[in-house]
Amino acid sequence: MRIIKIATLFVGSALMFSACGGSKDSKSEGNTDTENLVGEIKIDGSSTVYPISEAVAEEFKVGYPDVKVTIGLSGTGGGFKKFGRGETDINDASRPITKKEDSLCKASNITSLEMKVAFDGMAVVVNPQNTWVNDITVTELKKIWEPEAQGKIKFWNQIRPEWPKEEIHLFGAGVESGTYDYFTEAIVGKSHSSRGDYTASEDDNVLVQGISTDKLALGFFGIAYFEENKDKLKVVPVDDQNDENGKGPILPSIETVKNKTYSPLSRPLFIYVNSTAAKRKEVQAFVDFYLTNGGALSQEVGYISMTDEEYKAEKSKFDEFVKSLSK
Amino acid sequence: MNSSKKNRLKDNAFKYFGIGCTTFGLAMLAIFIGNILIEGFARIDWDFITNFPSRNPDKAGILPALIGTLWIMGLTAIISIPLGISAAIYLEEYGKKSRLANVLEINISNLAGVPSIIYGLLGLEIFGRIMGMGGSLLAGASTLSLLILPIIIVSTREALKAVPKSIKEASFAMGASKWQTISYQLLPASFGGIITGIILALSRAVGETAPLIVIGALAYVPFVPSSPTDEFSVLPIQIFNWISRPQKGFAINAASAIIVLLMVTFVLNGIAMYLRNKWQKKVQW
Repeated sequence: MRIIKIATLFVGSALMFSACGGSKDSKSEGNTDTENLVGEIKIDGSSTVYPISEAVAEEFKVGYPDVKVTIGLSGTGGGFKKFGRGETDINDASRPITKKEDSLCKASNITSLEMKVAFDGMAVVVNPQNTWVNDITVTELKKIWEPEAQGKIKFWNQIRPEWPKEEIHLFGAGVESGTYDYFTEAIVGKSHSSRGDYTASEDDNVLVQGISTDKLALGFFGIAYFEENKDKLKVVPVDDQNDENGKGPILPSIETVKNKTYSPLSRPLFIYVNSTAAKRKEVQAFVDFYLTNGGALSQEVGYISMTDEEYKAEKSKFDEFVKSLSK
Repeated sequence: MNSSKKNRLKDNAFKYFGIGCTTFGLAMLAIFIGNILIEGFARIDWDFITNFPSRNPDKAGILPALIGTLWIMGLTAIISIPLGISAAIYLEEYGKKSRLANVLEINISNLAGVPSIIYGLLGLEIFGRIMGMGGSLLAGASTLSLLILPIIIVSTREALKAVPKSIKEASFAMGASKWQTISYQLLPASFGGIITGIILALSRAVGETAPLIVIGALAYVPFVPSSPTDEFSVLPIQIFNWISRPQKGFAINAASAIIVLLMVTFVLNGIAMYLRNKWQKKVQW
């Protein structure tokens, strides 16, 4: 029938396009001389870690054109659900695996290995027109964000008496994000617990927009979003009141995150590899590649690399893991 | 003021209210499209269409997502159109009026309003896990077919209902069987309405993100899907991914990808309009 003809036309055009794409692929194959690994690697998980994995996969493809690496965006929790069922090989995570998720893995006979791949700093920012805030302590941040502050801490001078008696407008990550979990853990002391009366968004660009147009705003998000919008925001140095890791208020930067003086608002980002997958040659090559080039690539996409020693340590951890599997 | 004057005044008031509403809608659309065009038009070139995703916004392209979207559209059409039209014909022409039929009818209309993420969860369990399709194009297309089936069924039934009864009766009077009447008279006569419903439904399917993310559609696919069992990405997921990135370049890419997605839907609507006009000229009583 005619309708079916139209339908086949759609699919036909899709096939035609894919044929064009295919020929382009085979061209890039010619100029590589690395060992010819073939296979598929399935990655899923955190959208925070996604840009790093994307960059690594992109570079990996140059050397290993026949290994198909795919990456999903199910979020850390959603990704672990699939990982625990053995549906994916690697999970991107912006927080460590929970006990519940780990028992899910055990139920399907999977052991997982956690590897740190980079750091993400969280910046506390205010509007550039805000002249009074030049630094802030963790205690003050806690006073602002803890659940008890809801409806009570409304003015800047309630936090520090010399600040003006003007309203404070709060912006932060949405409660479903790993960023929120981490911030509350570091500041309030308990993960997933904070006041609820603030402007929340899962999209950090929305927070940037909000803070840059509101003189009385205070908020937090990933350091990369500050770096891209430096002219519209003012970053506040944070004092963790612990002189052992740097005295006084400290600005978030590549240096201070890397040498751990910007504390407590910097967090490690992880990948988890599945024990069944880690037996496969292509997965081993990929993880190796990740730990060798992940530092430079994470820097490129806006995160902070670990030190060379730390990458080496993660690498030997992985080698041990692979060795233990072949026994 | 007499009552006829009052009525005229009301008439005028409503007219201007109507004009106001229409302009508001159009102005919003114009601002949105204008904004997107200004931001993204310059970025669209052949490389953007034929490149794979990349960490570098200037090198990133939409090829796998665009092809994924075309695949999804084609497969969804193949699955949902025959099912939807057949179901509608049965319900409209063969099904007897009974209490069960009533319940069925209400439920089909209700299904059209179920949030799309629910279909995603259903699709993940049934197509992805039980039937073992995983995160393939087929699983995605099956899920989206479920999502748009109610829309197709309802609009096809409306189109069939709109065919004058006299046509049907004349056909029977000539000795045509039920199926002959349906295939030679009813379907051609209602084709315009049916195709409009189908295209609207497909346009909705093309723009869906949530159910596809749930069933496991990907964001980074470094190859072009070449069979229905391949994993895939689609344009809305690519846009969603780009819009949340910190670098300004990705925001521009997102705007450009939105333009491409809009073009896909415009082309789809154009085809629908063309077919409808062609058919309307053919069918004359």
